[in-house]
Formats: sequence, structure tokens, C-alpha cells
Amino acid sequence: MTGDAIFEMKGITKVFPGIKALDSVSFSARAGEVHALVGENGAGKSTLMKVLSGVYQAEEGEIFLRGRKVRFQHPLESLTQGVSVIYQEFSLLPDRTVAENIFLGREPTNRFGILDAARMRRETRNVLALFGDRHRFGPDTLVSDLDVAQQQMVEIAKALSLNAQVIVMDEPTAALNDAECDLLFQLVEDLRGQGRSIVYITHRMREIRRLADRVTVIKDGKVAAAFDDVPETGQIVEAMVGRDIGHFYPDPATSDEVGAPVLTVHGGGNARLFDIDLELCAGQITGFAGVQGAGRTALALALFGAEPFETGTVSVEGQPVSLTSPRKAAKAGIAMLPGDRKAEGLMLMQSVRDNGMISARAFSNPLGAPNNTSVATLDQMDKLFDAFDLRAANYEVEIQSLSGGNQQKAIVARWLSLAPKVLIFVEPTRGIDVNTKAVIYAQMRSLAQDGAAVMAISSDLPEVLGISDRVLVMSDGKIVAEFGYGASETEVMHAATEAHLGLETS
Amino acid sequence: MIERLKQINPVFLVLALLFVAIAILSPYFLQPTGYMNFLKRAAPIAILAVGQLYVINSGGFDLSAGALVTLTVIGSSILLDGDASATWWVVLVMLGVGVIVGTANALVVSWLKVPSIIATLGMMITLSGVALTWSGGAPRGYLPENFRFFGRYLIKDVPLIKILPVAVIVMVIVCAGMWWLMHRTNYGKRLIAMGDNPKAALLAGVPLTETRIIAFVVSSVSAVIAGILLGGFAGVSTDVGVGLELQAITAAVIGGAQLLGGRGTVGATIAGALVLQAMFTLLNILGFPKPIRDVVQGLILISAVVIAGYRRRRSGG
Repeated sequence: MTGDAIFEMKGITKVFPGIKALDSVSFSARAGEVHALVGENGAGKSTLMKVLSGVYQAEEGEIFLRGRKVRFQHPLESLTQGVSVIYQEFSLLPDRTVAENIFLGREPTNRFGILDAARMRRETRNVLALFGDRHRFGPDTLVSDLDVAQQQMVEIAKALSLNAQVIVMDEPTAALNDAECDLLFQLVEDLRGQGRSIVYITHRMREIRRLADRVTVIKDGKVAAAFDDVPETGQIVEAMVGRDIGHFYPDPATSDEVGAPVLTVHGGGNARLFDIDLELCAGQITGFAGVQGAGRTALALALFGAEPFETGTVSVEGQPVSLTSPRKAAKAGIAMLPGDRKAEGLMLMQSVRDNGMISARAFSNPLGAPNNTSVATLDQMDKLFDAFDLRAANYEVEIQSLSGGNQQKAIVARWLSLAPKVLIFVEPTRGIDVNTKAVIYAQMRSLAQDGAAVMAISSDLPEVLGISDRVLVMSDGKIVAEFGYGASETEVMHAATEAHLGLETS
Repeated sequence: MIERLKQINPVFLVLALLFVAIAILSPYFLQPTGYMNFLKRAAPIAILAVGQLYVINSGGFDLSAGALVTLTVIGSSILLDGDASATWWVVLVMLGVGVIVGTANALVVSWLKVPSIIATLGMMITLSGVALTWSGGAPRGYLPENFRFFGRYLIKDVPLIKILPVAVIVMVIVCAGMWWLMHRTNYGKRLIAMGDNPKAALLAGVPLTETRIIAFVVSSVSAVIAGILLGGFAGVSTDVGVGLELQAITAAVIGGAQLLGGRGTVGATIAGALVLQAMFTLLNILGFPKPIRDVVQGLILISAVVIAGYRRRRSGG
């Protein structure tokens, strides 16, 4: 096994102040294989990969690359030796072309030391050719004109142009829709076929089944299980969470749990939405399915007043409301948990408490005491955190030190302080580990049981189907179909793509 | 214990070191008249710096503060022209000018989406122009004694400290008020949240425009107050406020405030202002000319940012 490993990490131990992030972890990858690295957030997957690429230096342990002992002091050293890491947040410059991004910092020059743009384009084209014709962009396309999946391809192309033999992908499908995921899977298979070794970090069992040759599970900084093949999903999950997680999705609402309509939209429309007629009922979770760009996020933003409706009427509990700003929407009893936690949800430098309390502080007397507002007190917030089992060293630490799942809990608590009538969850479990996902689902259900109308938008279709009491399908800015609990993935996907395809062929 | 020490903002240690150095070089500084005069001279810059901190914490800059100081001094002297009975309404008019200037700055940033550094640079040039036009290029009029009371008057025969400048009382009251608003109210928390991540703050329900208006108004009003103090002890001149906005930003940064918002405390900013003033005092004792002060100010501004970034990386792990 050691013989044909491209890289091998042995007994890696990494200590941060007050915490042992990695404890004697061994990990390796062979040529031409996909090695899935799984574990809850904060288990140490990313830290391990940062040690591999030289972002961090381990206190103990050794790393071998093609049998030779290495010790990378800086990511540049690992890059030049064929180790590329593709992080969830891309490092692309939006206003530069694909070619300029791929060759950033090592632009080819001619013998006068002047940029050789033709060569740069040619080499970019060569690298892109490895994708077949799937990329649909050229060397001169601006990165800002690409969608997320294409930007990811640029990142992969960058790795390939450096002739990376080891490519680490950190949750590469987190922001992709189903069609884009398929494309990525094909690419990963191609890369494997070329004899490269891929370390694939993910939470999604489906992807492990589809792609992985081997699976290593990390828990609390240690290897919890290392499988030389792909075992049953249950075995992986059990190793991840250390116990049987039982029911993943909570039971659907019973008929007497579903109450009166809370939010009603008639003929809602704006640049991205048309003829929206919608009723959300108390006690019910309404899921929204559809392909990327179908209008699900636009609908959430319209209801929350961030990109308001221009036509139509909206009422909350029978009272007409004007949702022209998030503040007005929140006053009307509508809350939204944004999809991009870091960019839209978190004040990263502030404490967990300050992040939880901000809405209560935004809606009470500006000169009032911040820990004792008329909306909520700090004690109540702490109790909410406790009830959610929010894990932090203490609630005064900066929220950026928490895992994604715990950050999400703080944002949920923030909105609960306002006792909203309508709760809109956008991608509620993006980048969150399996165990915490179950906690968030249970939370959504109990919010509904407490009388809120819950709206769930997610690009993870099984998730939408699993948590929703009814599913509305959107396409081209319209609501095109409705299903009850228990709809199958196929029929929903069919409804989501049918209208779309119909338009394209006509 | 050592961990605890590392938590302390280094600005306080630097300040202590500077005080020791000054005291060794000039024992006069240990006399009440010595340190009270030091505090009196530091009062305007401390007030300006804390006002500036409001805008910095919101994620912006207020470059118009220095020009507003000049306008306050020039405008007051012309309006008053020695008429002591007019002092109270002239002070009110000037505070009103501060409110208007701050609101205008904030609205240009919020409504017209102009970056604050440009909006307030424009305001700085405009206010300088107004002051110059109004005065005709040379100081006119003069400030009556009751106006100069705030900046110049010393309360004598105070037990223990012997003298107590009115400027120091003004500084303590104004800074205490600004400390309270920043660190003990919902408004302060909204402001810092907005500076940390405006999009997230907006989506959490924070009224951004209103929050920004108040931040800029606090900065402008603090500039007017600083102008009244400076007019009191420095008298009327057309360059009294020149460069003060940069000193205020420097002081906030020395105190560890994060440029572009989200992190910064009033206490550390006051300490930053005192460090700056102590540095000037030290250079003065050592006999360096004024231009050297500028060189030193520039160097410590850069060092402060470097050190703050280094500490953050260390603690961020």
C-alpha cells in the first residue's frame, strides 16, 4: 500500500492554543483513486489538508510525496510539487479573464520579459481541452461572466496547468445544482482516469457512493474509521457521529397541526418573478424545488423585502403589508435565514452573543441597554443557545471560530428572538455536517409546530422532499406545480425541468 | 497570567512607557500643572478621535473633521466679534452646523453610494473653501472671554490636583457620553454590526441609513466641540484644524480600531490619542522641530496597523 501511494501522511499531530486539532492522523492516496475524506464540521478534515498543502505546519508526524519526505512551509511549495487544494471559496479575480486567472503570478513571458498573451491563451486552451467540450467558455471569458460551476472548472484548470498530481476538493458540490454536480462527477472521474489522486471532502453520502474508491472518516481530530472500499452508508454515518442517528427527517405535520394561512401573495411579480400566488400556512413546512435560476431565491428575497415585488399584494394574517425593505418585512413578522452564511448572515468579528442579539437590538429603543432589550434579554438568548446545543468555548468568542452548523444555530436564535410568523430558510444546511443537519431539521419542524409558517429552499432535492409537508415547484420565475408529502424525486424533477425544456424547444 | 497580559491592548502599555519617559526627562510633568496641561492639550484630539471612531466602526472615514474644526473657530470669531452676550447662541449655531455637515456626509454615502473617503474629502475641501471665503483669507473678529472659557480656563485650588482645566472636564463628559452610546446601547451594537458586515446587518433588520447618519453626526459634532476648545486656547487662525482628521484616524488606529469597521473601543481610542499627544510632547522635550512630528506620526500610524494585524493573526490561530 505504501509503495504506490502518491502521498502519505503519518502520525500527523497539530495543536492550536487550547485544542488538539489533529491527533496522530495517518492518511494517504494512491495514483488514480478518489479518496473520500468525511467527518463533521470541525472534525479536522480541513486542518489535515492545510497541513498537507503547507498552510499549517504539524507539530508531529511526517509527510511523504512520491516516497520522498517533504515539509512544506508555504502553500506555494506544495503547489509547485503537484499538490493543489480547491477550497470552497474560490480565489479567482472576477474582473480578469480565465487565462489571466489560471496563470496569475506566473504569466508566461517572451524573451523581452513581456507578457506572452498568445502563449497564455494557447496553454489555457490546452488545459481546458482536458474537459472535453463541457466547459462552454474560452480563455478570454471574464470570470465574472461564469456561473459557480464554471468558476470551479477554472480552479480545477489552474490545478491541472500546474500539473497537480494530488487534487484536494473541499466540498466541491456545496454550491452546485444537480446538473452541475453531474458534470463535476464526470470531471473527477476523468481526473482519476488520468492517474491523478483526488482527495474528496464531502458530507453527501450520494457522492461518496458515486465517486469514492476509499473512505476515511475523521472525528474529533482522529481517524474514526478507514475503509479500503466504500461501505454501507450507515457504517460511514455511524463512524462520523459515533452513534446511530435514527430518524434523519422529522415526521410531517399532522392535519390538525396545520393552521390558518399566515402569508398570502396575490399576483406577485418583479423582474425575476411572475404571477406568484402563494399561501403559507401556520404549522406547515412548504418546500420549494426547481433548477438554479428558477426563481426560488428571488421569491425568498421578494418576501423578505430585499428585492421587493413590484406588482401584486401581500398580506400577513389578513393584514396587507408593504415589504419594501428587510426591516419592514421583519416588522411584518417575516424572517429569512440567508443562504450564504458568511456574506449575508454573520458579523464575523463579533461574539456569538452579539450575533444572536443583533435583531433584538435592531428592533428596540436605540438608546436602550443592549443586553436587556424590549424584544429579548441576553439571558433568553443564552437559553436559546443552550436549547439548540450550540457548541462554543463560551458565548463571548468571535463567531468565526465556530463550525458552520453552530453558526447557523446562532442565526436561527437571532430570528427566534423576534417571534416571527413566517420563517424562510434558504439553503439551511449548506456546508453543515450530517449530525447537525438532523438537528436543524428537527428545529424547523418544532418551529412549525409552535405555529410558524416555514418556507424551505434548498438545491438539495432529497432534503426539500424530506422536510416539507408540501412542495412547490418553480420554473422561470413561476410556480408551476405542487406536490404533497411523499412526492418522488423523479416527478418533482420532471415538473421542474418540463416547462423549461418546453420553452427551449419552441 | 501571561495569557491575560496578552489580552491587554498594547496601547495602554505604550502609553505607560511614554509617561515614564516623559517624567524622567521632565520632572515638571509630574506636577499637577504639568500633567493637567498635558491633558488639556490632548482634549481636542481625544474628542475628535472618539468621534472619528464612530465613523471608522461604521466602516468609513470622516476626512471633513479637521476642516470643520477650522470652520468652527473662524465662524465663531466672525459671528461673535467679541460680543460676549452672543456666545451661547453661536455655540448652538455651530453645533447645528455640525449636525448638518454630518447628516450631509451620511446621506451622500447612503443615498448617492459615494465611498465615505471621497464624500468626506469633498466635504473637507468645501468647508475649507467656505471658511476661507468667509474670513477673506485672514482671521477676522475675535473670541470673547466667555467663549474661550471652555478651552482656556483653569479651575484653581482643587484639592489633590490643584488645578483642573475646563477642557479636561469637557473631554471627560463628552467622551463618557460617546463611550456610553458606543458600548452601552443598542445603537452602538448596531453600528459595530454594520461596520463588520453591512449586508448581514441589513438582513438582520438594522436600519443602515439611520445608523450611519448618527455616526457621522457624532463625528461632526465632536469636531465642533474640539473647535470650540481649540479656539479657546489657541485663538483664531485659518489653519487651526489642518491635518487634525488624520491625527484622529491615527489615534483610533493606534487604539486598535479596525479600518473598514467592526472593531474598536472608545477607551483604547482615547489612549491612542494620549499616546499621540505624549509622543509630540516627548519630541518637543527632546527639541525636535515640528516636521519631525509629522514623520513620527506617519511611522507610528503604519506600525500600529502592522502590529494590530500581527496580533490578530496570532490570536486568530
